[in-house]
Amino acid sequence: MRKLMIGVLLAATVIASPIGVQQVNAAGAVVKIDGSSTVYPITEAVAEEFQAATRGKVRVTIGVSGTGGGFKKFCRGETDISEASRPIMKKEMEACKKAGIQYVELPVAYDALTVVVNPQNNWIKSLTVDELKKMWEPAAQGKVTTWKQVNPAWPDVPLKLFGAGADSGTFDYFTEAVVGKAKSSRGDYTASEDDNVLVQGVSMDKSALGFFGYAYYAENAKKLKAVPIAAKAGATPVAPSIDTVKSGAYQPLARPIFIYVSAKSLEKPEVREFAEFYLKNAATLSEEVKYVPLPDKAYVMALDNLKAKKTGTGFGGIPEVGVSVEDLLKREGKH
Amino acid sequence: MSNGKSHLSHSPMRLAKERLVEAILFLAAFASVAITVAIVGILLYESLGFFRHVSIVEFLTDTQWTPLFDDAHYGILPLAAGTLVTTGVALAVAIPLGTIIAIYLSEFAPHKMREIIKPFLELLGAVPTVVYGYFALIFVTPLLQKIMPDLSGFNMLSAGLVMGIMIIPYVSSVSEDAMRAVPMHMREGSYAMGATRFQTSVRVVTPAAFSGIAAAYILGISRAVGETMVVAIAAGMQPNLTWDPTQPAATITAYIVQVSLGDLPHGSIGYQTIFAAGLTLMLITLIFNIGGYLLTKRFREVY
Repeated sequence: MRKLMIGVLLAATVIASPIGVQQVNAAGAVVKIDGSSTVYPITEAVAEEFQAATRGKVRVTIGVSGTGGGFKKFCRGETDISEASRPIMKKEMEACKKAGIQYVELPVAYDALTVVVNPQNNWIKSLTVDELKKMWEPAAQGKVTTWKQVNPAWPDVPLKLFGAGADSGTFDYFTEAVVGKAKSSRGDYTASEDDNVLVQGVSMDKSALGFFGYAYYAENAKKLKAVPIAAKAGATPVAPSIDTVKSGAYQPLARPIFIYVSAKSLEKPEVREFAEFYLKNAATLSEEVKYVPLPDKAYVMALDNLKAKKTGTGFGGIPEVGVSVEDLLKREGKH
Repeated sequence: MSNGKSHLSHSPMRLAKERLVEAILFLAAFASVAITVAIVGILLYESLGFFRHVSIVEFLTDTQWTPLFDDAHYGILPLAAGTLVTTGVALAVAIPLGTIIAIYLSEFAPHKMREIIKPFLELLGAVPTVVYGYFALIFVTPLLQKIMPDLSGFNMLSAGLVMGIMIIPYVSSVSEDAMRAVPMHMREGSYAMGATRFQTSVRVVTPAAFSGIAAAYILGISRAVGETMVVAIAAGMQPNLTWDPTQPAATITAYIVQVSLGDLPHGSIGYQTIFAAGLTLMLITLIFNIGGYLLTKRFREVY
């Protein structure tokens, strides 16, 4: 579906540009992007603007293999830019190093990983992280199958779970934040790297629960209900929103999202131009697609890093939860 | 004429040409054999790697399939059950409807009607399966939810029903061909005995054409077992060992597309599961085909 949308957009750009098809064929410069479906809405918006600005001279292709899937391609040198909804991990750093791929890490926005239920669900007002853990930990596999088993106060209806697939950065982050170990989850739920499938699933099923990036919730707010999350039992539950992410109240599910640009691809003018364009427009465009923009300072810093081709990551390759905006700035300044 | 004769039998050029044509024809026929053997070979080879990690007993008896997760289980049963349930639902639609349509078209329909219905049937078979998938998810499932409010958003029932509609043309057109091939004198004999048109078509033509009709059913089954897009879109991709069609489940094919999308590294156990699943799928189809072959042989009518 998305590829179709990209196709339609491409076609629209082609028609919009005065010389049309000829130009695209003649130029043939392509920026290849793949990775997280969470970052996809921003990248798509940027790509759309970029293609309009360059009058279709540069084509931008965006895949949605998930953060992990994206890095696998990136570290084989198949893509120019990899989108990630979590920092690069040790294994991927090693794979890139082996292949001689160096990269510049650019934070582009903040996201509120959102837990959603069906609007007809009338027994959930908020959830604690512990309750989420009870639903999602590997020990629940095949055993926790009704809402009642999680909390006796809830009705005895089947618990239908929808979540990001094993190649997704959202999956890595969610499991790290909720279960306590990245990639550690039960396996018997409907898993998809495509968040639209998850939206469809939760919106059609009264007893469903799912999680994905805030943008997908905001886009479908009529069909879904976002659940306020309490970090601990007894703590005040906080609903995901742009304000609660900015203030740092929405924890532990607020997270920075990134793009990684290959240093080698930066030698190509179209990739460099696109990356710079991305950072210059990320603030407005991320807000447009319902993500939380970083402070201006962060984009300036990232732009400096990009121009200086400062490679490496501000994270140690170890999954972390609850990195605040300030903290992120410090790290990106240092490495 | 006499000149021509010597020309025919003695020209080496002509002989060489004939040989060449024969060789090309043989290669074309042989290619299909070679490709099949190669596919089976690759499936077996890569599956061997899988079965070095996972015992066949575990593969066949474990009731969970979660190869990409922490608590990894490699039981093919949930996927096989998903495949069989969706296939069952599809056949419950396609076989009765397909057979009835075939009987109508072959025995009852006036020529004009046939000319109208046939193209529509063929069109039904030409609709891309991805369209059927979204048709099931966006149209059929909400409709079913009105009747069964507790139906999951993704379920095998809706996928199976739509798959059944998709298979109807395969079943009906092959069955109809078989029925039309039944010699006219058999029908005439039946009428002469005082049988009605309905009695003739059900008691004489259908049994006489049974081997062809069985072949049509087998074709339908293979099509349903191997169908991917419809179940991947509408059935939920959740490995779930259940025989209840109202539940979401993943089929073998749906699992294969799902993991292939995620770009698995070559040689990893996740990568090898694709081939083990593929091999299982091939064996299921093979069993149905052999069964069909034996069935058609047993019931073949010779005129």
